[in-house]
Amino acid sequence: MSDLNDLYQETIIDHSKRPRNTGALTQATHRAEGYNPLCGDRLSLQLKLENGHIAGIRFQGVGCAISTASASLMTEAVKGKTPEEAERAFQKFHSLLTEERPPAPDLGKLAAFSGVREYPMRVKCATLAWHTLRAALRGEGQPVSTE
Amino acid sequence: MSAHAQTRTTGTNRPVRLAELLQNPAIFDVERIREDFPILQEKIHGKPLIYLDNAATSQKPKAVIDALVHYYSHDNANVHRAVHLLSARATEACERTRRKVRGFINAASTNEIIFVRGTTEGLNLVAQTYGRQNVKAGDEVLISGLEHHSNIVPWQMLCNEKQARLRVVHIDDRGVIPLDQFEKALNERTRLVALAHVSNALGTINPLGEMIEMAHRWNVPVVVDGAQAVPHMPVEVRALGADFYAFSGHKLFGPTGIGVLYGKETLLDAMPPFQGGGDMIRSVTFEKTEYNVLPYKFEAGTPDVAGIVGLGAAIDYIHDIGLGGIAAYEHELLEYATAAISELSGVRIIGTAPSKASVISFVVDGAHPHDVGTILDREGIAVRTGHHCAQPVMDRFQIAATTRASLALYNTVAEVDALIAGIRKVQEFFS
Repeated sequence: MSDLNDLYQETIIDHSKRPRNTGALTQATHRAEGYNPLCGDRLSLQLKLENGHIAGIRFQGVGCAISTASASLMTEAVKGKTPEEAERAFQKFHSLLTEERPPAPDLGKLAAFSGVREYPMRVKCATLAWHTLRAALRGEGQPVSTE
Repeated sequence: MSAHAQTRTTGTNRPVRLAELLQNPAIFDVERIREDFPILQEKIHGKPLIYLDNAATSQKPKAVIDALVHYYSHDNANVHRAVHLLSARATEACERTRRKVRGFINAASTNEIIFVRGTTEGLNLVAQTYGRQNVKAGDEVLISGLEHHSNIVPWQMLCNEKQARLRVVHIDDRGVIPLDQFEKALNERTRLVALAHVSNALGTINPLGEMIEMAHRWNVPVVVDGAQAVPHMPVEVRALGADFYAFSGHKLFGPTGIGVLYGKETLLDAMPPFQGGGDMIRSVTFEKTEYNVLPYKFEAGTPDVAGIVGLGAAIDYIHDIGLGGIAAYEHELLEYATAAISELSGVRIIGTAPSKASVISFVVDGAHPHDVGTILDREGIAVRTGHHCAQPVMDRFQIAATTRASLALYNTVAEVDALIAGIRKVQEFFS
């Protein structure tokens, strides 16, 4: 079971069972819907941009452990950041999921997703929230899809 | 062909208990059958493959794989064209399979057997030819709530184009189409009924004979999506009364890319062609084209000859084992699996129709199907997770997805036990 524990690290199990920053956000300035047609996961993301920083961010939706934990940890990771900083965090996170090299040292809790790289079918679960964030910040009205 | 028909009616589909089946290899020898499928020797993450995704596609027996290799090694040529020997062999190979298919589903004539890419293309063919010719504004096309997307979208496209109404008979909590609702939904505006024989998401077997009879009382033809039925039970299109019946080779232990559309000859004759091209013509000038006779009118272009050859080998393979025995064995295995899964607390089976084939869809409390699928995969167990191309079925049960185990003739009691142990592992993991 050690390999499964690499995928479902404690942080991921914790955040999938008790996701942070869920629900509706009052006075949201940006929002987007994310959809993974492969598994039916849906995610609704709302955030408030204030003085160039993400002052508040919340999500709602149903998903697998990986996508729920990813959304939860993402909201923690980007709160207080500028959109540019959030985008850079996504790039580092994406590298962690897809590239064979040591993870960026400043990933923090997001490093818990290092095991996903061994499960190519699950990369989209981990990136759904981030793609949705990107769409929200760009103000794209259309729901984003992983397909 | 008559020998084939006899095999299927010689009482081999009487219910036989699983223990009796297992102790009597003369009736059904699953261990010998397993030896026919090379892929069952594969190791997945270091564990023996347990393949429970047969509703998505089936594995291939060596006989089918060998037929493909033999065809390309010895007989490959284009069909219906040249006078040389290889072309004659390839042509005869195709026509031989057509005769086998006719016998397999007991059609009246080989003119009624059209080779297509798969069930999806077969259904689209009917929508684009018979449908466009006969469905007008204000008419209705009737489908059920348990259809696969491939038996929804072609009709939706047709109805949008014609400003016709796509009418749906919804399923009940067990995943059964209420027959009285179905009968009530038929009326003088109904032009076509499209139904699955067996639901891919829930495993429900529809009482097609009765439903077709009801539709015929309104003179409405019925198109059947038979993809999930033909691998698991004897199907006789004439006994059913089906007007069109589509199925895929790859779910029937044959290659991908080949399927069959059966249509009653009188209907096919009156229909316009589907695609234009070579093979479907008798003569062509720039002014006018005369179309070929059946079944070639609907087979434009070079067919998937190798696929057709492989399909023929698959039908021979199934015929040798006997669908009656296959159906009886799978029925017992399904009952066994259903009872075992039902005993697990925190697991709910979706689709509890009294008459089911092959499929068990379920949800595990506290574990998303995608996570279930990943954990089972690590145990070597291949299941499908998701909406199974049947989102309206998922919506009906207010779930986004299920985990689906679908059985075939080579699955065993030990594999079902491994699935149960795998589900327990999932529960431990997310407890």
